[in-house]
Amino acid sequence: MTDSHIVSSFDRDLADLNRLVARLGGLAEQQFAAAIDALENRDVSSIDDIIAGDSALDRLEQELNDRAIEVIATRAPMARDLRSILSAVKIASVLERVGDYAKNIAKRSRVIIQEETNRSDTISLARIADIVQGMLRQVLDAYATGNAEQAMDVWARDQEVDALYSSLHGDVLAVIAKGAEQASVSSHFLFIAKNIERIGDHTTAVAEQVYFQVHGSMPTDERPKADLASGPSVTT
Amino acid sequence: MTNIENPKVKIKARNMTVHYGDAQALHGIDLDLNANEVTALIGPSGCGKSTFLRCINRMNDVIDGCRVGGSLSIDEQDVYDAAVDVVELRARVGMVFQKPNPFPKSIYDNVAYGPRIHGMAQDRASLDALVERSLKRAGLWQEVKDRLSASGTSLSGGQQQRLCIARAIAVNPDIVLMDEPCSALDPIATAVIEELMEELRRDYTIVIVTHSMQQAARISQRTAYFHLGDLVEHGQTETIFTTPQHQQTEAYISGKIG
Ligand SMILES: Nc1ncnc2c1ncn2[C@@H]1O[C@H](COP(=O)(O)OP(=O)(O)O)[C@@H](O)[C@H]1O
Ligand SMILES: [Mg+2]
Repeated sequence: MTDSHIVSSFDRDLADLNRLVARLGGLAEQQFAAAIDALENRDVSSIDDIIAGDSALDRLEQELNDRAIEVIATRAPMARDLRSILSAVKIASVLERVGDYAKNIAKRSRVIIQEETNRSDTISLARIADIVQGMLRQVLDAYATGNAEQAMDVWARDQEVDALYSSLHGDVLAVIAKGAEQASVSSHFLFIAKNIERIGDHTTAVAEQVYFQVHGSMPTDERPKADLASGPSVTT
Repeated sequence: MTNIENPKVKIKARNMTVHYGDAQALHGIDLDLNANEVTALIGPSGCGKSTFLRCINRMNDVIDGCRVGGSLSIDEQDVYDAAVDVVELRARVGMVFQKPNPFPKSIYDNVAYGPRIHGMAQDRASLDALVERSLKRAGLWQEVKDRLSASGTSLSGGQQQRLCIARAIAVNPDIVLMDEPCSALDPIATAVIEELMEELRRDYTIVIVTHSMQQAARISQRTAYFHLGDLVEHGQTETIFTTPQHQQTEAYISGKIG
């Protein structure tokens, strides 16, 4: 549906909302990547910036909500237009949450960097982080192009993330069992892994919104689940 | 009594065609309209909404050069059967127009007009009661009960439209047709009429033509989208305005170039 509205300023309103989502997505990606880099490079220098940077996402989300309310009130949107506005609002709230997880990863990374005594003992989160970063990038692309199939592909990939998280969970427990002095560091690793896994879940929520926007209904298939170690869940 | 899950079909149109001279205005419309529902007819100007409405009470018959084909039944009785008394049909199927058109008579006489010519009241008392009941149903009684002898044309636009509704329902119709009944009214008068329609559909089947998508969405249970004399899509109003099946419908309700 590429037809434009007769009232062209309505198209500009909708484009503004899309742009705000794209900016929010870009920021969330950036924050997440920076937090993972800080951890992987054991580099504390960027952590304060990452933590301070989170408020930009909060502000953008608020701005998007305000604009969405204006557009609904002034344009009385119907059908796909209405869905796209609702999706933008929901996706923005998800991306804001991704920002929160990135901030939490940064905070825990600082503790890890400060307390870690022997890196060779610790597990690597590079792979799970890499996959979830890819999912986030792909789902934002899918949103930008309105490609429901690409979005649902992300949805399917979350299974891999769940499986990976389960095995990391086991690895961390093994490390903790081995040496007590690394227990605190290991638990931070576990929480970071959980945060990354949650970001993966959030990308699937964005994927569902892209699907909804295009088709007008939520995807019906139950999302494939492979989280074998539910473990004690922790809120962030 | 009917319910929304299991509605009763009140009006059944099959392959309805209408020509004005050589120009075809309706290209074979198949449409079932349910009893005790408000059906909104929407679509661009000239797509045939009013023409379809006039098929229901045979108002097209009085237009020179107008030819109607196909079939239309109300309660399974063929409206175009030779035995049908058209005057009686038009009492059964009331109509309210875009521009309120009260007679230049008193408020009372506007409402009493139909019952008088149909011989519906034996005496003055029963006529009074009928006028009062009709004005109450039209939500106008409180505003006019102390000045029933004032001229109908002295009322505000919204009141005049409700007077026309009272006049239409005074003869005890089954069906009320409304052709853009609110387009000359302000938002408050419009809201009053919309509230009234929700009331009226308990007793009547209502078919309304409207150019306001919001109005159609607010007041109707079903919506039919017409385009260039064809029925493009008909369904539950929520579906039409959230997930229409046809691209033409989507483009129209979203204000897009089709
Ligand atoms: N009385 C008439 N004489 C000739 N053509 C008419 C008459 N009424 C309507 N038409 C034509 O029939 C088509 C449908 O008109 P109408 O039913 O009034 O559409 P709508 O109510 O959707 O605006 C239009 O092309 C219109 O010009
Ligand atoms: Mg018309």
